[in-house]
Amino acid sequence: MSAAALLELQDISLSFKGVRAISDISFAVAEGEICALIGPNGAGKSSLLNVINGVYQPQQGLIRFAGRECRAMRPHDAALGGIARTFQNIALFKGMSVLDNVLTGRNLKRRAGWLEQALRLGRAPGEDDRQREAAEQVLAFLRIQPWRDAIVGRLPYGLQKRVELARALAAEPRLLLLDEPMAGMNAEEKAQMSRFILDINREFGTTVVLIEHDIGVVMSLSDHVVVLDYGRKVGDGPPDEVRRNPEVIAAYLGTRH
Amino acid sequence: MLYREAGQFSVRYADDRRFFRLRQGRLGLAALLTFAFLGVPLLGNDYWFSAILIPFLVLSLAGLGLNLLTGYAGQLSLGSAAFMAVGAFATYNFELRLPGLPLLASIVLGGLSAALVAVLFGLPSLRIKGFYLIVSTLAAQFFVQWALTRFGWFSNYNSSGVITAPPLQVAGLDFSSPAGRYLLTLGVVSALFWLGANLARSELGRNWMAVRDMDTAAAVIGIPLLKTKLLAFAISGFFLGVAGALWAFTYLGTVEPHGFDLSRSFQILFIIIIGGLGSILGNFLGAAFIVLFPLLLSNLATLLPAGFIDAGQLENLQKMVFGVLIILFLIKEPEGLARLWQRFRERARLWPLRY
Repeated sequence: MSAAALLELQDISLSFKGVRAISDISFAVAEGEICALIGPNGAGKSSLLNVINGVYQPQQGLIRFAGRECRAMRPHDAALGGIARTFQNIALFKGMSVLDNVLTGRNLKRRAGWLEQALRLGRAPGEDDRQREAAEQVLAFLRIQPWRDAIVGRLPYGLQKRVELARALAAEPRLLLLDEPMAGMNAEEKAQMSRFILDINREFGTTVVLIEHDIGVVMSLSDHVVVLDYGRKVGDGPPDEVRRNPEVIAAYLGTRH
Repeated sequence: MLYREAGQFSVRYADDRRFFRLRQGRLGLAALLTFAFLGVPLLGNDYWFSAILIPFLVLSLAGLGLNLLTGYAGQLSLGSAAFMAVGAFATYNFELRLPGLPLLASIVLGGLSAALVAVLFGLPSLRIKGFYLIVSTLAAQFFVQWALTRFGWFSNYNSSGVITAPPLQVAGLDFSSPAGRYLLTLGVVSALFWLGANLARSELGRNWMAVRDMDTAAAVIGIPLLKTKLLAFAISGFFLGVAGALWAFTYLGTVEPHGFDLSRSFQILFIIIIGGLGSILGNFLGAAFIVLFPLLLSNLATLLPAGFIDAGQLENLQKMVFGVLIILFLIKEPEGLARLWQRFRERARLWPLRY
């Protein structure tokens, strides 16, 4: 891998009560690239994302993010360090409006304390304006302004996926983790979502790690593909190289015995 | 047609942040406050102040306290009355033991004491959720009542544990008449509602709702779960504590620990369920329902021919009718009166058209 790796995983192993989910996985994600994690169901892709942003603590291995090395991430530290993510099953705040969801994504950008905000003193009003402006930019970028005041739980699925991306993007992350951003979408919606992911990557230089099952999308979108099978890494490289890797083909299509 | 919003644009983000985006709403609130502060004291009589308006205001405030915790932050609690009791007894003791302390300062200190106790019983909330958390707050309910009865110090060794209101004076003015007690209550409640509404719309309010709706996602976004939950308990405890002090001193005058028993906690829970979880207005609507409806029922009963209902059964019948109505209402509108009002307003915007 290139020297400018933003994220490096070294020999990560994770098990749940003795069941191995991930064994000895190492790979690196270069700054500014789009990296796809692929593999059959149960290969450990989502678990790996959860390790990267600290939802799960691996039993073994090292994580290096933005030059800092640690045994395991914590969700709060990951967020502070600039890692944002979306979830496979939409994890939006369903009772809140689209705008409030996006604003919540920016909660770490705030300096005024809660009492200051409650009494509307000091930094609070000016900060409210700046937060709103930044949130509006995200809404405009993902073209969801018309639904700004809609309650998220009442929006259709495709839009909810986009709102979740907006919430993650609002944090101005260095690393964006997307867990199946296109699951359950039709071809048109997939094309639109791919466009958004590319735009985010190009315009903000955000590094993206995404999980996706649609191989066509993966091959056209990503600079780098990591293939997992049964918690092991079976392929790692540019899309074309991975496509020809016999182990990857075996994992997806099975082998002749 | 009165509710026209044509021509009223938000041109700055600050316009959008107002409580009422429409001029009609702001004028309405100003008119309501003017009437409540100036009109009602002139027009109302002692019965209205003492039996209806003061308990309505205090219960609204208590509802707000619980709503911040349960409706916004999603932490179920059955300890509301305990935190009210702490507020009342702490205020009493601050007045008693620190002579010369202004009444409002004692009430604030009483609220802070309740906040402290609420945080203590909120500590398990990081580990236990939902119905199981009720048990922890229920413990608060029983423990506080027990402690206040067991240790005479809290009630200054009164033989039956009763505490009596200190002189109700603020800035040299006497507020002990019914109208005065109403004004004092109204002032405190208005100020705290302003604070509560601001909180609910601030970053903290959003964090509360985030924790309520999806706590793993909230943690991933960088919301500190423990701090957010404990702040909910503290702030809720503060509001409930102040409500308790008002309940004891501006409404009842004298109160014993038994006045803050479990049924009071349930009453406050009903207020927010009927009014609407996660709504500021809902607290007023729910409290009005709880205070006014029994009165209405008993007035209706007097219209019935004499002897139709045995006087002894009247109270039981009232409770039954009240219970049935609550159930019916919750089936028709599970999201509470505030939602009903919201739907009416949406309708009124378009009236006489339907879309």
